[in-house]
Amino acid sequence: MTTITHPAASPPAPVLQDRVGPLDAVRHALTLAWRSLVQIRHNPMELADLSLQPLMFVALFAYVFGGAISGSPKAFLQFGLAGIITQNALFLTMNTGVALNTDITKGVFDRFRSLPIARSAPLAGRILADVVRQVWSMAILLGVGTLLGFRVQTNPVSVLAAVVLLVAVACAFSWLPVLVAMLVDEPEKVMMLGFVVVFPLTFASSAFVPVDTMPGWMQAWAAVNPATLLVDAVRGLLVGGEVAAPALGALAWAAAIGAVAAPLALRAFRRRS
Amino acid sequence: MDTTIEATGLVKRFGDTTALGGVDLAARTGTVLAVLGPNGAGKTTAVRVLATLIEPDGGQARVGGYDVVAQAHQVRRLIALTGQYAAVDETLTGVENLILIGRLLGQSRAAARRRADELLEQFELADAGGRATKTYSGGMRRRLDLAASLVGRPRVLYLDEPTTGLDPRARGDLWGVIRDLTGDGVTVLLTTQYMEEADQLADDLVVIDRGRVVAVGTPDQLKAQVGRQVLRVSPLSAADLPVVARVVTELSGAAPEVTPEAVSAQVSDPRLPPAVLQRLTDAQVAVAELSLRMPSLDEVFFALTGHHTADDNDDRSAA
Repeated sequence: MTTITHPAASPPAPVLQDRVGPLDAVRHALTLAWRSLVQIRHNPMELADLSLQPLMFVALFAYVFGGAISGSPKAFLQFGLAGIITQNALFLTMNTGVALNTDITKGVFDRFRSLPIARSAPLAGRILADVVRQVWSMAILLGVGTLLGFRVQTNPVSVLAAVVLLVAVACAFSWLPVLVAMLVDEPEKVMMLGFVVVFPLTFASSAFVPVDTMPGWMQAWAAVNPATLLVDAVRGLLVGGEVAAPALGALAWAAAIGAVAAPLALRAFRRRS
Repeated sequence: MDTTIEATGLVKRFGDTTALGGVDLAARTGTVLAVLGPNGAGKTTAVRVLATLIEPDGGQARVGGYDVVAQAHQVRRLIALTGQYAAVDETLTGVENLILIGRLLGQSRAAARRRADELLEQFELADAGGRATKTYSGGMRRRLDLAASLVGRPRVLYLDEPTTGLDPRARGDLWGVIRDLTGDGVTVLLTTQYMEEADQLADDLVVIDRGRVVAVGTPDQLKAQVGRQVLRVSPLSAADLPVVARVVTELSGAAPEVTPEAVSAQVSDPRLPPAVLQRLTDAQVAVAELSLRMPSLDEVFFALTGHHTADDNDDRSAA
């Protein structure tokens, strides 16, 4: 983190800057990202969320369903790891909503907003920290998957592209939990969204099984399901296959979700303050 | 003397509710202005406007000469806010909470750390500084919250019901801190539901009810306006109540309120309580309690507005 030293606000200040400079705005966002990451250190639950849960998912899916679905855990991972990574990324966006709701209900947000810092900093700091969280747990999933027999069939650039695509879509998708966070009075209620949206979204998709084993009506849904598109693109980038079409579809969905949920969330935020 | 906070005709509506219906208030530099009112009166809304958290629908306000809407950033450089709820990050330690604010205010890491230690020491939190604040008691959290407000040495401090829910000792400690601050030239705007708190701390008072100012003045002016203190006498034996009532009636010249436990009457003459005690002693009535207290907010309200404080909802629109 950069260290820019200002003298402590010394009274009485005759002329005050009328706005925040861009460098300061970046520094404010970094400071708030730091705060959001320090929370992890003090909150074992969150550390478990970020590390143990993905680890457990990989092991369970591979050893419980792997044999039945694909013949062997190793064969399943080759197909299903992309799905596990995608589901995990979408689930992690719930934490963004939970944390935001906590900040608002506890009054922490009011404190930030009454400080002479960039208006964008609380949100930008949160997003930065969430990107770190996302990348961290993707690294764990890929690492554990590889230990259990998964092999990347493409190249490091494609893997990086998969991570970037996942982070981009997750960022846009996170406006949904953020919107819910603005509307509910308790952080726990944001988690409900995870169960009513993310579970059906990711299970009724190509994440864990080939869609052609599903009944026709579900296949129709799975074909346009944003989770299917995202999983297919990530799968293509990790083990080969079509990338461009599903990636564009996933990004279009992400843009649509963001375009609808972001203004609604900001409006709800202004109303509640 | 200069005016640091000046608001004229502030209006704020939330849907159909008018939280502020044209509020004027002014705080002189280096003094405490208390905004007194029941829940739902609009106190919190007024503070949120003055702290640049919400924009008024009408009227204007200046803090340190800067407009709270057009020059919000400059205003934020002067102010600090301690809300009704201790706004500290519960997962961070006390030290980390304070360093976070210091860093956001542009202090170097070392300076932020020094300031954090200094404040923790001042607020008797030095031993707890390394612990996550979720382990703190309510009083400790409030102290940390106030400490967080002081990291940047603000010139203007907003305290929104700072002592609600605190025990008397913690409340007294906080009052001491607030007095020290004004001694350093800080202007304090305090909202409270307690007449006693306003009386202890405020140089000036604004009483608001349903979004409107119903009285302005110094605590002494206001007390003179709403009258008197309340004398309450409770005899050891209930059988003596009629004697007590007769003595109080004779000396105060008005019919007191008599409950099964005590006799209460409004009094304005400071010589009255000792006279009552003397007469009761002469009559060999053993007194369990004889107290003189400030009129409650409800009594002030009744005197000023003719109605009791309504059981309105909390005036914080965000739950």
